Amino acid sequence: MTNDVLGVRDAGSGAAIIDIKGEVTARSEDALMGAFLEANESRPHSILLNFTDLEYMNSSGIGLLVTLLVRTKRQRQQLFAFGLTDHYRQIFELTRLDEAVGIHDTEGDALAAAGAT
Amino acid sequence: MATDDASRTPKVEMTADETTTAEAIEEIKTARDAANWAKVSGALTVGEVPAEARNINVTGRRQTGPMQGFGKMWQKTYRVSLGSAVTPQEVISEWKAKFPNFWPEGNRFYGPLTGIAPGDVALLNLTMPGRLKLSTGVLVLYADEESFTFMTPEGHMFAAFITFSAFEDKHGETSAQAQVLLRANDPLFEVGLAAGGHRQEDKFWVHTLEALAANFGLSAEVDTQVVCVDKRRQWRNAGNIRYNSAIRSGFYTMGTPIRALRRSGR
Repeated sequence: MTNDVLGVRDAGSGAAIIDIKGEVTARSEDALMGAFLEANESRPHSILLNFTDLEYMNSSGIGLLVTLLVRTKRQRQQLFAFGLTDHYRQIFELTRLDEAVGIHDTEGDALAAAGAT
Repeated sequence: MATDDASRTPKVEMTADETTTAEAIEEIKTARDAANWAKVSGALTVGEVPAEARNINVTGRRQTGPMQGFGKMWQKTYRVSLGSAVTPQEVISEWKAKFPNFWPEGNRFYGPLTGIAPGDVALLNLTMPGRLKLSTGVLVLYADEESFTFMTPEGHMFAAFITFSAFEDKHGETSAQAQVLLRANDPLFEVGLAAGGHRQEDKFWVHTLEALAANFGLSAEVDTQVVCVDKRRQWRNAGNIRYNSAIRSGFYTMGTPIRALRRSGR
């Protein structure tokens, strides 16, 4: 499965959610950046990445997340992630992405951390 | 697999069978790539390396990515077309097996003899301007059949992800690529990048890809693309300079006669 089924939701209260489904690899760049643009239509202060349906991510995918992080910082937004399996939580720690992205178990926790509940 | 709605609703109790199924799905998802990632906790350690390899800036350091760096963030992509006679898997297999052979003269890569595998830590002894021998290293963060990625340790010139990959383009030809997502690790290295470091970096990877192409009997031109992803510097990371491998390598070199005297006095 490829990740051409990224969903974007306005969670209200200044937060937008990007639902990531399938794979995040180098081939995901257009889809992910397109979803980011769509998420920004409501001018949110926080972007939440939903990894619940992530099936596979390689190191190029991690690179894309770094680029996405830079874009959110440029727009003075906060980036959060939720729904990561234990395996991908470890990958976030290994790559030290967890130092820049707020990681939470559930959507509710992430929304609360974003101040959007 | 959970749906969007499921992720928004409170967890419900599952039967034993449902729990087993969920765990099995989780295991399958994890197993697919778990072996491709390094398993590192805490500081880096270096395995057995040749006696001539300097290890003064790797053991005890942590790996760094662009988030931990100081300077502007760059994405540099170097790509070469290798035609249709070789597959991406063959390119990566060859690249992993002979990785040091493709480097420019004067630069040494001391990795495990078994090739490049996730979690490996290799030492680098690089020749810098002024003939300074800079000692640093890399962690093999990720490796599969079509790509492998390095992360750099604290003190390296760059806080970076360096990904080597091969893929089939839309014309059915195989391309090999090195992509570096980097920030200079500290203010001194940032100055060095602006003062010729970028040019040297570009020459390094162009040479590497030309040598890789030559390995397959090809003389190919390397395409280079450089994008500044973030113009802002991360001043909160200016203190990274305490690990600067150039400074520490310089002091180490200056101390060589003293160490030799100490050894001869024993």
